[in-house]
Amino acid sequence: MKHAIVMEGIAKGFQHKRVIQPLDLTIEKGGIFGLLGPSGCGKTTLIKMIAGLIKPDAGSVTVLGMRVPNEALLMEIGYMAQSDALYAELTGAENLDFFAKLYHLSKKERSERIRYAAEIVGLTNDLNTWVAHYSGGMKRRLSLAIALIQNPEILILDEPTVGIDPRLKRTIWQELERLRDEERKTIVITTHVMDEAERCDELAMLREGAIIASGTPGALKGQYAAESLDDVFLQIGGGR
Amino acid sequence: MRIFSLVTRIIQQLRRDRRTLALFFLAPLLILTLMYFIFGTEASELKIVVTGSDQPTVASLKQADFQVKAAEDFSRKKMIATDTDGWLHVEHGKMELTLLNDEPSRAKAVQMQLMLGLEGHASKIPSIDSHYVYGHADTKGFDTFSPMLVSFFVFFFVFLIAGIALLKERTSGTLERLLATPIKRYEIVAGYVIGYGSFALVQTIIVVLYAVNVLDIVLVGSLWLVLVTNILVALVALSLGTLLSSFATSEFQMVQFIPLVIVPQVFFTGIFPLDGMADWLQKIGKIMPLYYASDAMNGIMYKGFSFADVYVDLIVLVAFSAVFITINIISLKRYRAL
Ligand SMILES: Nc1ncnc2c1ncn2[C@@H]1O[C@H](COP(=O)(O)OP(=O)(O)O)[C@@H](O)[C@H]1O
Ligand SMILES: [Mg+2]
Repeated sequence: MKHAIVMEGIAKGFQHKRVIQPLDLTIEKGGIFGLLGPSGCGKTTLIKMIAGLIKPDAGSVTVLGMRVPNEALLMEIGYMAQSDALYAELTGAENLDFFAKLYHLSKKERSERIRYAAEIVGLTNDLNTWVAHYSGGMKRRLSLAIALIQNPEILILDEPTVGIDPRLKRTIWQELERLRDEERKTIVITTHVMDEAERCDELAMLREGAIIASGTPGALKGQYAAESLDDVFLQIGGGR
Repeated sequence: MRIFSLVTRIIQQLRRDRRTLALFFLAPLLILTLMYFIFGTEASELKIVVTGSDQPTVASLKQADFQVKAAEDFSRKKMIATDTDGWLHVEHGKMELTLLNDEPSRAKAVQMQLMLGLEGHASKIPSIDSHYVYGHADTKGFDTFSPMLVSFFVFFFVFLIAGIALLKERTSGTLERLLATPIKRYEIVAGYVIGYGSFALVQTIIVVLYAVNVLDIVLVGSLWLVLVTNILVALVALSLGTLLSSFATSEFQMVQFIPLVIVPQVFFTGIFPLDGMADWLQKIGKIMPLYYASDAMNGIMYKGFSFADVYVDLIVLVAFSAVFITINIISLKRYRAL
């Protein structure tokens, strides 16, 4: 089983509006896959269908060889939503602990994973503060930590680094690359920032719900004889 | 257990929201106290005069909770002049009771205390003929509708607070995040029911104990039955509130359900006499949960009904919540097919 995620003939509409055109998408195991596109192009909709949070109108999604929706799969997918889904009245540690419990982690595993996840996102010293008092960037980081909490095979991160300062952004990317290299995790991220897209192993450019180009960042640039991914996007006519 | 992780989280959250907690526990006491003073109940001790009685009756009545005087002869005029609540005349084993009834609740209290006092004494309770100086037997007062107020508070606050809590969970995206974990849909609903149900239980206990001990509202039946009834009321309110919260997009829209869902129910709780209502109007009342709750509460607290007398009401409440809870679990499918 080489493919982590296989989407076949996926289509989705909201109130008669086609948001995802019928499309196929295959994501390999052990890589960082980037979904690139302007806001409103359907990135979030697409990855929610992978996570099993939206039911496609047509087509099938298979993750780790299991057809979505599947209960066992929920254990293997770490999902970080675009908007921070946190309990403001609880502290960072309590938020992490609550989600850890939902994954049935033992007490020992929980404290280990909470320490690890907090370390990665640089929140170790803020764990006992109420989330209501967190800044936007801190909330983003806590959401990322929650996505990592159960040590899932697949990470699905919706615009994970929005509002995070450049230094921490670099730390997070280093950790994502480490997870890919040492633990063979599959990571799917959405972004509309080109410098992040450059760091992905594989890219799919999305426009109005259709994949307009895909391949490694290098191959895409070569194919369109472009200096940067920005230029690629503009050349295909996907300018915003 | 995922359900208990959820329950713990809900309790943690609510414990930190001091203002909501205060609203939940203290507002009912405040309103109840206000209504108590507005509608007035027995503020002073009940006064009763017994004529022509045999000594044992007087003795047994003295044990009851009122001031008893034996007299040679008495009259309605004297009752009014001395502000006596009841005049019991006993002759040849027959009892004739005249009630002042200037405040219906006092008249009711006299009757009730009398029954209680005589029960301990006589092997069979003699028939009592009742007459009223003012009003008639059907005059209603605070006592008759205060039991339903207790249920109303439970319904109102649980409906609003649980509904808004789930709404917040929807709009903040935490519900979706929750459904990205292996939690089952029924576990979410059960967590909510147990979490908010436990707060509702505490609220009910506080309100009932306050009403009975501080405001002296009559509680003839069992306190346990009152608690059971109100837990069922809380269940209905919680499941209806969380269900309707999916039709609201903001807290303000949740508040807009009050005139739609809560106020109409008040009209069918017995504050306004139901007997006089048109048939079709009475039928509307029968689809309202608070109608059954009030019926049961009034029965238990005021008339001393036992479980056997109110179980139909309780079953209807259970049915209401079962239906709403089921719809809740199914409606979560919108977020996740599993
Ligand atoms: N629940 C929904 N109901 C109606 N329209 C929606 C819904 N979710 C997304 N859309 C629409 O689908 C399109 C794609 O949205 P989205 O997937 O969030 O884009 P992106 O994540 O790329 O910014 C947008 O036009 C958005 O308005
Ligand atoms: Mg998006």
